[in-house]
Amino acid sequence: MTFIKKTLTSSIALAAATLMATGAQAEMSDGEIRIGYLADMSGTYRDLAGPGGLEALRMAVEDVGGSINGAPIEVFSADDRNSADVGANTVREWFDTRNVDLVAGLVASSVTIAATRVIEENNGLGIVSGSAASSITNEHCTPNHIHWVYDTYPLANGTAKAIVDQGGDTWFMLTADYAFGHALEGDVTRVVEENGGEVVGGVRHPFPTDDFSSYILQAQGSGAKIIGLANAGADTVNAINTASQFGVVQSGQQLAGLLVFLNDVYAMGLETTQGLLLTTGWYWNMDEEAREWAERYYERVGRMPTMVQAGIYSSTKHYLDTVAELGTDDPVAVRAALGEKPINDFFSRNGRVREDGRMVHDMFLAEVKSPEASEHEWDLYEILATIPAEEAYRPLSESQCQLVQN
Amino acid sequence: MTMIFGVPLAVFMGQLLLGLINGAFYALLSLGLAVIFGLLKIVNFAHGAMYMLGAFATLLGMRYLGINYWAALLLAPLVVGLFGMLLERTMLRRIAHLDHLYGLLLTFGLALIFEGTLVNFFGVSGARYPTPEALQGGFQTGFMFLPTYRAWVLVAAIVVCFFTWYMIERTRLGAYLRAGTENPALMQAFGVNVPLLITLTYGFGVALAAFAGVLAAPLYPVSPTMGSNLLIVVFAVVVIGGMGSILGAVLTGLGMGLIEGLTKVYYPEAANTVIFLVMILVLLTRPAGLFGKEA
Repeated sequence: MTFIKKTLTSSIALAAATLMATGAQAEMSDGEIRIGYLADMSGTYRDLAGPGGLEALRMAVEDVGGSINGAPIEVFSADDRNSADVGANTVREWFDTRNVDLVAGLVASSVTIAATRVIEENNGLGIVSGSAASSITNEHCTPNHIHWVYDTYPLANGTAKAIVDQGGDTWFMLTADYAFGHALEGDVTRVVEENGGEVVGGVRHPFPTDDFSSYILQAQGSGAKIIGLANAGADTVNAINTASQFGVVQSGQQLAGLLVFLNDVYAMGLETTQGLLLTTGWYWNMDEEAREWAERYYERVGRMPTMVQAGIYSSTKHYLDTVAELGTDDPVAVRAALGEKPINDFFSRNGRVREDGRMVHDMFLAEVKSPEASEHEWDLYEILATIPAEEAYRPLSESQCQLVQN
Repeated sequence: MTMIFGVPLAVFMGQLLLGLINGAFYALLSLGLAVIFGLLKIVNFAHGAMYMLGAFATLLGMRYLGINYWAALLLAPLVVGLFGMLLERTMLRRIAHLDHLYGLLLTFGLALIFEGTLVNFFGVSGARYPTPEALQGGFQTGFMFLPTYRAWVLVAAIVVCFFTWYMIERTRLGAYLRAGTENPALMQAFGVNVPLLITLTYGFGVALAAFAGVLAAPLYPVSPTMGSNLLIVVFAVVVIGGMGSILGAVLTGLGMGLIEGLTKVYYPEAANTVIFLVMILVLLTRPAGLFGKEA
């Protein structure tokens, strides 16, 4: 019975495939390539991905001509409001009613972990560009998603290691109390301890928090040389501003912003942020290729892109190119093909997609320029060092992902 | 070193002081809400947006008109207050005779519109407003480094709160106001222009929020969402203090700042929720609020 069923199914599939091969459109599911963009469009994380990321995605769609083999590319978006429930329900709805082919964006880690589970249940494809938690391709990995831009592992590896090497060996952690903050805190603690330093204390603050004065006071009381900020977006901005009001730097302590985006530095200004060390996956002014794309983006949006916005373009473009090469938007086939080719473009250097879904690529250690050294309003970083792709990310030998044979 | 529940005394004192400063913000904002609710029976969900507009007026005033902080302290509440009066005249007045719920929905909708419009132009990262020169730096208090600006915020907020309480509870104007809301028809008969009184009161409540916004501008990034984050907490404060009680709003604001400050030391994970726990406890035991009169 099973045999007959199997043969029957495969002959139908074969027949269908033969039929489809004749009509170009039919190779894409529903004759359309549907991309759903899920991100925080109005809250704390809006400026690092948000509407700018959607614009970057649209640029990628336009650059392949708006359709592939005659199948139009449809883009829709939703605001997840940084809520895991809202995010997961939206993605479920996209699968149930709109047959989404690619879920892009994906910013707050808590939303991503919930959404990727729905993507896995529906055997779809998701490309995560905004999230930071390294657990997304570790204990939370699925065969159905790829993590593109960065994660907490290289952030810790880059920034924390550089700071410990410079003598900053006692740390106090200010951690956002959710998946991402915990992941970053864990990765930083490991790097600090491996390099001979010590984490002497920490506070886990609610997400989001406006007033950091109490936590800064506790950090001052700890006597640690370094105050590590395991948070992001407005939380980091608030913490750095408050620290400057309370004279943290003057009293001999140093801040380590572990996840700082271009828009954060821009918002705080160089006066407050100069000298801050940070790790980034990409910087618009890092070379000619990057600059060229960034300027195209700037003309449309009026702001320079963050690494996440650049990564959204890069990942969508690679996705669409792969769909065009294969002639199908079948998520399993596309995921497999993405894993087989090197990922190199204006965004990614020495990149490849590993079996755990991590897109590893070169990362960069940067320092925020002083107001005197900056030549114009977006001239914000000095790239100090390149962290090679294979050293930056968690090695597969340490992976807890069930897709990795250890 | 003396320890209080495992925390050095110096740190403990510092946290109390910071809590009090945050409490001053709560007090200022909940005071405006209490005035508006107590006298006009409007549940003003646009209060957070007015606070945000106060901060934006300060920022934009400096950027485009060169208005300095001290002038903004006066001008921003005035401008936002006038804007509030315009809203009252053109919209709130029309639904004054309906259930509270309509006012709540209208003001909530307005708040979303203001916030969304500004997000569209300025994003959410916020912009920095420099601390005025005279209030830069700070001093050692013996147990902590206190930025001068925060000390100023505490003093300014308490002075304004006291002034408001005195005006409403102890002056003739305040008496008219209270009488006008108690029995508008009778006051009209005495020749008092009650509609004007109501417009002015709403404008004043809104101006208090804008004043808090000016105070906040150098402390927090000026961003369109700064008000909505605070508004829910402030409503909880008003509920705890007793809807409409002016003294209650001020004292509860300061008290909740202290409680939140201590939570940040002993169990920071709960810092955002502790006020709501207190609110539940108060509602269970004293439904009219700590300072409210039983209805």
